[in-house]
Amino acid sequence: MSDLGWIDLALTSARPQAVAALLRYFRNLDTAEEAFQNACLRALQTWPQNGPPRAPTAWLIFVGRNAALDAARRQSKQQPLPPEELLSDLDDAEEAIAERLDGAHYRDDVLRLLFICCHPDLPATQQIALALRIVCGLTVAEIACAFLVKDSAMEQRITRAKARIAEADVPFEAPDAIARSERLASVAAMIYLIFNEGYSATGGEVPLRAPLCEEAIRLARLLLGLFPSEPEIMGLLALMRLQHSRATARLDAQGAIVLLEDQDRSLWNRAMIDEGLALLDKAIRHRRPGAYQIQAAIAAMHARAARPENTDWAEIDALYAGLETLQPSPIVTLNRAVVVNKLRGPEAALSMIEPLAAQLDGYFYFHGTKGALLMQSGRNEEARVAFDRAIALAHTTAEAAHIRQHLDRLMAEGAASAKAAK
Amino acid sequence: MLYAILCYNSEEVVESWSKEKDDAVMVQLGAVQERLARQGKLGPVARLMPTTAATTLRKGREAVVIDGPFAETKEQLLGFYVVDCASLEEALDIARDLAVANPGLGAYEIRPLRLFHPGGNVSL
Repeated sequence: MSDLGWIDLALTSARPQAVAALLRYFRNLDTAEEAFQNACLRALQTWPQNGPPRAPTAWLIFVGRNAALDAARRQSKQQPLPPEELLSDLDDAEEAIAERLDGAHYRDDVLRLLFICCHPDLPATQQIALALRIVCGLTVAEIACAFLVKDSAMEQRITRAKARIAEADVPFEAPDAIARSERLASVAAMIYLIFNEGYSATGGEVPLRAPLCEEAIRLARLLLGLFPSEPEIMGLLALMRLQHSRATARLDAQGAIVLLEDQDRSLWNRAMIDEGLALLDKAIRHRRPGAYQIQAAIAAMHARAARPENTDWAEIDALYAGLETLQPSPIVTLNRAVVVNKLRGPEAALSMIEPLAAQLDGYFYFHGTKGALLMQSGRNEEARVAFDRAIALAHTTAEAAHIRQHLDRLMAEGAASAKAAK
Repeated sequence: MLYAILCYNSEEVVESWSKEKDDAVMVQLGAVQERLARQGKLGPVARLMPTTAATTLRKGREAVVIDGPFAETKEQLLGFYVVDCASLEEALDIARDLAVANPGLGAYEIRPLRLFHPGGNVSL
């Protein structure tokens, strides 16, 4: 890290709160971002000599706000200032801002900023890109790299998303309890989307996309710090910590997928697992189960098993049953079928996924799982058909290669049994 | 005289360190710890999990469990325990026992440990 690396880290960690507060002052995303950029420039000029201020976030809000006001005054002939009542608390000194930074006011500011990014008018890819740009402060080039697209395409995606938000109605009043919990749920879903974007990376993409997982974890931590009593946010952070703990074990040196049961469990990150378990323990005390908590509990069951054969499949099956009730979805049933296979064999699992065929016909994992179950019960010809379908639907070369292994095994078995018949 | 050295820093900054950076810092600190251990000066060393993993038992007429770290600035850190528990609930029960033994104001923050070296070559 360079000598000024500490400033970069301080600016990045102050960013969500600072941009959120500036957005409340100016009610315009571009103005807020620009104000924050100006404050960062000032920080880079003055902090190296003077050292960091006692309350860096408050300093950045204060300086950013004044810089934006100066700019607005200079242009006031072309562009009127916001109405006076919106600017009423602008005379606060930096210390006053610092004192109130922990208050509920700022908590809702950050939630609003995150909520704007997951506006229902925006498609998922734009939501993620916007959050990474505005809240996390990644550069357009960094985001483009993580999405494996050209810089110009990502620039355009973000510009379009911002334009849509400018047109949309963004509520600036403080949300009531119901609105707040709805916002929290949408923001949690967006954070998990960011995580999965990073988590689904395979092969050479991993170093490019893994930072997405870390950003998602950072956002969840920020959210939980602001809303410390929300069991589902604890569950979300726990889930991501537990899944990310397996990051180094889930791909081999060639970037091919290593299944959970075949992973070298000594490569799992113990510190992340411990934190995930501690958070889950905290969440469960509330006795308000939710989808993230249950998924985290499932991940925890795997994390607790020192060896694959120690896995408590019956407990995992019970957790999946709970998840199916809470959030019915064919994907959840498909995942449960894998567990049922462990408990009651492939025929029971196959009869469970049979009704999903119509809904999941375009889904890679459905055909991959179906093929594996058929192969296990010796129905090799049907298995081959399912694997062929899976390969056609594979998104990555690693997925295709994984299915190819199964097909090769079927071929080898077929050849061996043909030979035996002779 | 025994001294406790309490470590303070910005959690957001430390949490956003890359694994390489975190490992490097741990190696540097490990070298200092080794030297102290050789000199017979090192007691227990612990690294705490982030405050998002914390739970607080606030004392009072009836003790209340609050999610999150201890956040008041009007009270000061006066001591700490390290306890080995099967669950957060068990740790909370211990904190409740302490609150009964020493009723009144104050709070106990329960924070899981990320790392613990018992040390033990210091004569207590």
